[in-house]
Amino acid sequence: MSPRQGLVLSLPAVLFLALAFVYPFGYGLFLSVTPRTGGPLANYAAFFGDEFQRASIGNTFALALPAALLCVLLAVPLAYRMRHGLRGERVLTALLVVPVTLGPVFIADAMLFYFGPVGWFNRTLESLHLIDAPVRLLHTYGAVLLAIMLTAFPFAFLLMLGYVSGIDPALERAAHMLGAGRWQTFRRVLLPLMAPGIATAFALTFVLAFGVFPSAVLLGEPGGSTRVLSIAAFQAAYERFDFSAGSAIALVMGALQLALIGLVFALRARLYAGPARGGKG
Amino acid sequence: MTAAPQEGAVPPAGPTRPAGAGPGRLELRGVTKRYGAITALESLDLSVMPGEFITLLGPSGCGKTTALNCLAGLLGLSAGEIWLDGRRIDGLPAERRGFGMVFQNYALFPHLTARRNVAFGLEVRGLAREQVRRRTNEALALVRLEQHADRHPGQLSGGQQQRVAIARALVMEPRLLLMDEPLSNLDTKLRGELRTEIKRLHQSLGLTTIYVTHDQGEALSLSDRLVLMRDGLVQQIGTPPEVHAKPASAFVADFMGYRNLVPVEVVAVENGQATVQAPGLALRGTAIGPVRAGGHAIAAVRPEDIACRRGGDGPIRGRVDVVEFQGDSLAADIVVDGGHRLYAVSSGPLSPGDLISLDVAPHRLLVYPAEGEARP
Repeated sequence: MSPRQGLVLSLPAVLFLALAFVYPFGYGLFLSVTPRTGGPLANYAAFFGDEFQRASIGNTFALALPAALLCVLLAVPLAYRMRHGLRGERVLTALLVVPVTLGPVFIADAMLFYFGPVGWFNRTLESLHLIDAPVRLLHTYGAVLLAIMLTAFPFAFLLMLGYVSGIDPALERAAHMLGAGRWQTFRRVLLPLMAPGIATAFALTFVLAFGVFPSAVLLGEPGGSTRVLSIAAFQAAYERFDFSAGSAIALVMGALQLALIGLVFALRARLYAGPARGGKG
Repeated sequence: MTAAPQEGAVPPAGPTRPAGAGPGRLELRGVTKRYGAITALESLDLSVMPGEFITLLGPSGCGKTTALNCLAGLLGLSAGEIWLDGRRIDGLPAERRGFGMVFQNYALFPHLTARRNVAFGLEVRGLAREQVRRRTNEALALVRLEQHADRHPGQLSGGQQQRVAIARALVMEPRLLLMDEPLSNLDTKLRGELRTEIKRLHQSLGLTTIYVTHDQGEALSLSDRLVLMRDGLVQQIGTPPEVHAKPASAFVADFMGYRNLVPVEVVAVENGQATVQAPGLALRGTAIGPVRAGGHAIAAVRPEDIACRRGGDGPIRGRVDVVEFQGDSLAADIVVDGGHRLYAVSSGPLSPGDLISLDVAPHRLLVYPAEGEARP
């Protein structure tokens, strides 16, 4: 392929990026530095100067970091168990992937019914006399965390499954022959080879969780512990109709995500990232 | 390992150690592996002397790798027992058997340097850092890889990778060394070099070794004894000269380079000598197994044991069809008058279309009962 042909072939992608990403991003940046009153950085000053607004940063991280961490922590052992195939693997995989197809609003809606004061969950516990009165499960931090994980876990799991099944099974056998038991084999061979995948899965689920909006509103405490950055941006833009302030908050959100992803990938670059096979296949 | 120093390294290269002394005596009794209704390995009995080099040889699917994995502890047995130096070991997991294993695809840890690969087992065992370093260096020196010790497997050639894998197994001073087709991923030249290297290591270390291959040349050149297998069953156990000169069955003969296998009728059998015939062929050979006059048989002969010369006046006449140049000789595919094809090696000049005469010395022609007549 000549360089010229390559240029032509990349045109659709470049065009798409320009229209769907570069322009809106640039426009948002422009909006954020042209506030209704004050200098170009007035929106940012207002956001960081207001304790209530500032708290949304902590709220977002408090949801996104544990969600991403838990997803990866659950996905790694499960993918490890399933690396050589498992009875009923297809059913299990399908089951795990279903939440992806449902979308966050549907999941939130289902959780509202299931975990509500008169939902199945509370009614079952009551009928078993395990509790006397319905437990408050909804409109809590935990409910939002659970909803995020339902959506994000399948991505982490599928990604890890791909990584783990790419590891040559002969490596495990070689480790056993050298005296390593299951734990040593996992720690010394499998984990280092999975590490780049873990970093990618973590970054992916983190981004998914960081942008949480519907479940934070529907299942959480949108005025309190789950008032995340996206809610702050939404309120600025569509409740106070200050698009400029909303854009500024959205950009803060983007910058923070980028910083964390940058950190993860900087760490990832220090890990082994070659093929996970022990020689010719 | 024969007279292995408890705290020491791999011993330096030295004179051949006598087989039969020291630890490493292995006993397999009725070792069987079934997968559902399929039997991959049927009641393997084998007694291995300390320091012996045993090769399991056979085509793919014959059960040789299954046998090796059972021995390693990577597969559980369906039946049978494995004893090492008077201790039953078939219940032990692989990591507690203390065997070394070299894999077909090397199975080096790709995220570790050659040195860390070799040190892996010692580190797992929790040896002191200084000891790990010393023994790792010695093992790397043994396979002549000191210069490449700090490279990752991806930066090494196939032959170098397999040498790292061998060092990684040897550094553990294993009681038994298992090798699963270690040369089959290498090109011909490297294969020959590494084969000599393996032989040299075995001669100097005297490790009891079980080697799996489908390459008869490798098996013949490396082994003290061969175990020929087919469909999970042992066909023949013997020293390389025994198996080479007197294969126990037509199958083994085929596998050991008797490329010409001709279905024949037995005319007469007398004192172990069989007279056989096929259209255009009348031959005398050595009967192996229950060959009966009037029965069907297979006559087996190696290409290099057929004498051929130009001219059509010999006992067997034929016409050259294809000629292959083989360095210091020519190989020819010959259509015999009766229509059978024979593959022969000739030192004299031949060209397609030549009329030639063929002859086989009776002790070089082996006559086996045909399959179905009676299994040997």
